[in-house]
Amino acid sequence: MPVPSASRSGFAIEASHLCRTYRVGQKKAGLLASLRGLWKGETRTVEAVRDVSFQIGHGEMVAFLGPNGAGKTTTLKMLAGLVYPTSGTARVLGYTPWEREDSFRRQFSLVMGQKNQLWWDLPAADSFELHREIYSLDRARFDRTLGELVELFGVEKLTRQPVRELSLGERMKMELIASLLHEPGVLLLDEPTIGLDVVAQSTIQRCLREYNQRKGATIILTSHYMRDVEALCSRVLMIVQGALQYDGQLSGLLDRFGRKKLVRLQFEGAVPVGLDRFGECKITGPVAELNLEKSRVAQTLSAVVDMPGLVDLSVQDPPLEDVVAMAFGSGATQP
Amino acid sequence: MSSVPALPAFRPAGVLGAARKYLRIFRVSLVERLAYRADFLLGTVLRFLPLVTSVLLWSAVYRGSGNDTIEGYTCRQVIAYLLLVHVSRMFSSMPGLASGIAREIREGTVKRYLVQPLDLQAHLLAYRAAHKVAYIVTSVLPYAILFWLMRGYFEWPGEPMVWGAWLASLLLGFLLGYLMEFALGLLGFWFLEISSFLYLVNTVSFFLSGHLMPLDLFGGRMAMFLKELPFQYLAYFPASVILGRESTESMVRGLLVECGWCLAFFVVGRIALRFGLRRFSAFGG
Repeated sequence: MPVPSASRSGFAIEASHLCRTYRVGQKKAGLLASLRGLWKGETRTVEAVRDVSFQIGHGEMVAFLGPNGAGKTTTLKMLAGLVYPTSGTARVLGYTPWEREDSFRRQFSLVMGQKNQLWWDLPAADSFELHREIYSLDRARFDRTLGELVELFGVEKLTRQPVRELSLGERMKMELIASLLHEPGVLLLDEPTIGLDVVAQSTIQRCLREYNQRKGATIILTSHYMRDVEALCSRVLMIVQGALQYDGQLSGLLDRFGRKKLVRLQFEGAVPVGLDRFGECKITGPVAELNLEKSRVAQTLSAVVDMPGLVDLSVQDPPLEDVVAMAFGSGATQP
Repeated sequence: MSSVPALPAFRPAGVLGAARKYLRIFRVSLVERLAYRADFLLGTVLRFLPLVTSVLLWSAVYRGSGNDTIEGYTCRQVIAYLLLVHVSRMFSSMPGLASGIAREIREGTVKRYLVQPLDLQAHLLAYRAAHKVAYIVTSVLPYAILFWLMRGYFEWPGEPMVWGAWLASLLLGFLLGYLMEFALGLLGFWFLEISSFLYLVNTVSFFLSGHLMPLDLFGGRMAMFLKELPFQYLAYFPASVILGRESTESMVRGLLVECGWCLAFFVVGRIALRFGLRRFSAFGG
């Protein structure tokens, strides 16, 4: 496994052979089976997380990738101390998270969906005040941090408005501000931009990057938006079916699973026939897109470059989403 | 980067720090609760309506029985009792507390108490206290008018000690009501749906606490038994104190036993919270 670029001795987060199994109820369909289940419930063991190990250095921003139900959130919950592992150990800022010491809880934040910390009928400013008390924050420092965060997220005019009247994106910004008020050294984010429009997404990305740079905070996020991952995290951990399948640079993931290239050909008039002899070909108007194995790109280019009517030609990586989907599906093996 | 991120500056912790924290939570909760003052006022007025039926009903009972007193209560005293029980319940009732805790457990939002340096029992106590203060403040005027209109039913005690004991029994009634309901709500850690059970407990508590009628009217052994249960402190006991029906000795004894019940339910709540959160974490947060 690649060694993370820890900037100094000791890691912010270390997980070693984390395993987590759940027992889930099994019920056959039908009334009779339901009645039987009343006194004799059947259970099945599900391995949500299997032998996951990694180290994350101080100040790193890392993304957990994986399809739904792969074990990303369970891993995040174990690092937050919400869930005990079945076996294995973890250290976050030197603490064992599930012991839940107050001194540990003052140094990290978990953001998981909305309506976590904000009072629905009150302006966010009141919730922030409450936060100051919950975390016993010094007044001057709190005021300064709040001022910085409100400016950073660009929500100066909204903090006195009841939270229920805010838009989804505005609420998420308030939620993130609340989670950053105590200046956590570790930030765990589960789908921080889910359901948001592109503008709100990029604001949140910018703010998280800025917070990471200013405070040197370590950030782990899960997201289904590859845009988030590309913008924020150079390192990704890919979890598929509970096991860590890849740990390394995002670009490495592309090299590994992006076995294909997209060759885009634009013609002056209609696309000439017979292009499908090179491989999978999609034609839209005067444009043809060839989806080719990397090894065949050079050979194909030399064949098409002299074609009559060709006005433009480009070679692109396939969209990140496609690569990741392929990686999820391939059940890739750990090197 | 060259240094470990500095820790934010914290105020000194300890008991004083914790007290300040929950006092602040109380203040913010009060602001939130006062947003619903119109609803409180309407609720108070609506609670008066059943009183009219009670007055008519008990007048008919006494007329029909042909006696001036039943188990030592005159008709006027029963009606005074029923009014005073409203004051007891104003302190001890905890609408939506247990069901709210159970909902937070079911929906998983209870996880914030695992992630943040915040204690569920203390936090909800501060929140409830704020709720009660907002409710009582908005109810003072309608209650004052009601008691003035029905002043003929009351003979108020002269001794300041009785008034002091009444106040103490109301405040302890709040605490006991909170701690009992809190412990009930934690059942949500073990059972998916507890609303029917809560309904049952509330109905039983309505009788056992003396909300419906003075416990003495249950007669003999039953009344004695009911006075050994914690429920009486939620309604009967404070009303009985201010009606002047308790001797100094039984007042002091009652308050001490009530403190004991508070302690018992506090401990039950702590233990249930500890095991409940452990179970919550074991089942996947």
